[in-house]
Amino acid sequence: MSNISRRKLITTGLAAAAGVSGLGVAAHLAQKYGLVPPDHSGLYGLGETLTYASQRLLTRHSMARQFSRSQISARPLANELAPFNDSFKRLQAGNFADWRLTVDGLVDRPAAFSVDQLRNYPSSNQITEVVCEEGWSYVAEWHGVPLSHVLGLVGTQPHAKYVVYFSIEPDWWESMDMADAMHPQTFLTYGMNGGDLPVGFGGPLRMRVPRQLGYKSVKFITHLTVTDNLKKFGKGLGSASPEGGYAWYAGI
Amino acid sequence: MSTLGSTQAPLEAVATPAPVVSGRSEPRRTLLVRVTHWITTLCFVALLVSGAEIVVSHPRFYWGETGTILTTPLFKIPIPSSRALVPSGYGYVMPDQNGWSRALHFQSAWIVVLTGLLYVIFGFVSGHFRRELVPARADLSWRGIRSVIAHHLGFERGGDGDAWSYNVLQRLSYLFVIFVLFPLVIWTGLALSPAFDSAFPATVTLLGGRQSARTLHFFISLALVVFLLVHVAMVWRAGFASRMRAMIMGSASEAKERI
Repeated sequence: MSNISRRKLITTGLAAAAGVSGLGVAAHLAQKYGLVPPDHSGLYGLGETLTYASQRLLTRHSMARQFSRSQISARPLANELAPFNDSFKRLQAGNFADWRLTVDGLVDRPAAFSVDQLRNYPSSNQITEVVCEEGWSYVAEWHGVPLSHVLGLVGTQPHAKYVVYFSIEPDWWESMDMADAMHPQTFLTYGMNGGDLPVGFGGPLRMRVPRQLGYKSVKFITHLTVTDNLKKFGKGLGSASPEGGYAWYAGI
Repeated sequence: MSTLGSTQAPLEAVATPAPVVSGRSEPRRTLLVRVTHWITTLCFVALLVSGAEIVVSHPRFYWGETGTILTTPLFKIPIPSSRALVPSGYGYVMPDQNGWSRALHFQSAWIVVLTGLLYVIFGFVSGHFRRELVPARADLSWRGIRSVIAHHLGFERGGDGDAWSYNVLQRLSYLFVIFVLFPLVIWTGLALSPAFDSAFPATVTLLGGRQSARTLHFFISLALVVFLLVHVAMVWRAGFASRMRAMIMGSASEAKERI
């Protein structure tokens, strides 16, 4: 073996070892600082992880773009919905007076809230854009209570990592990390453009997560649960979207 | 002038004797240029296929901040859509492929951006841009450019010099793709990320709004496709096998070049 090839072998070996251990350290740190999304495995795990980790490093506290009243879309789009189930129809017949949002999981005081109760908390408004993964978008004004306020009322425990939220419609659920859950623009939304939130737009209660694509803003919310482990829900990928082939983190 | 590339370095610099046909055995293209070229090619094809799939879910384009099926589009692509929401006029909904398309699109984007960064850093540090892509001042005249075009329109095969160095038109178009089209397609793509926009709102406001950014992303991608088609056509005309060998193995013997 000539000197040159031996040197080459040694440097290549060292570089490979450094690369592998560097990756190991990076993976450990990413896990520790919550930079790994629940759908990190599989063919597209690399892309999902790079996206989520970068966004968490860059945009943890940034605010979604707000618009002026004059920019509110004249004709917002309520995209198609599956026919409502019987529980929804029953609650709708009662004008949603019996609609309840139950909050449980890693909280000190599990509770259930009616929409009227939520309206009595300090309300907040935002003029933000709904952005669909298909490509279309519209701007509307949304009225609601920041999710962080309700989480404060029930007292989330220190080791809470995610909030999982469920629609009254079966198999429609999502989750988000605490950075998004505690973000001041993440709303439990009950109003739109000065009125009640229409059913077509998710009324009586919709989650609004304006820094992510529309599919994270689940309609007809009835249940929130705070957790430190998403493996327990569904197929363990974080939410219904990755089960259907879509990214769990949809801030892109 | 343009034949005075580094590829014609003195023979003494070559350490290992390789099967030499014409006396030139130094690689025409460095390993890094070849590897980044083919990673970029793979990613570009993946981005193109997945991007087309994403467009199918809403083949309408708008200008400004917002746009939905309830607003007037700038233009529509007359194809069926993969979503029933879109009034395509076909009465037929294509299979929905958006899930994997989006995942593939973003993963390929990550890989091509990181690869591109590596290539650009290497290009500056190694002198690859200065030596091989920046046109010589003497070639940068309308006459010089016209003569290259006339040469191409005459459908003459490239001479020996062409195999060893890029002509002025090639240099300008490669620089345009690397330093104008790729940065623009990345910028307009990033502008479509609501979270990225929250931290860097100018990304989208400078483009005139989200829907303008989406429309620009589409057109810049089309420009890249035009480049790809012309690029492949020129490679074909110059001698597909030898140019492919050069981009894969690094060197192409002159003897083979003439076959």
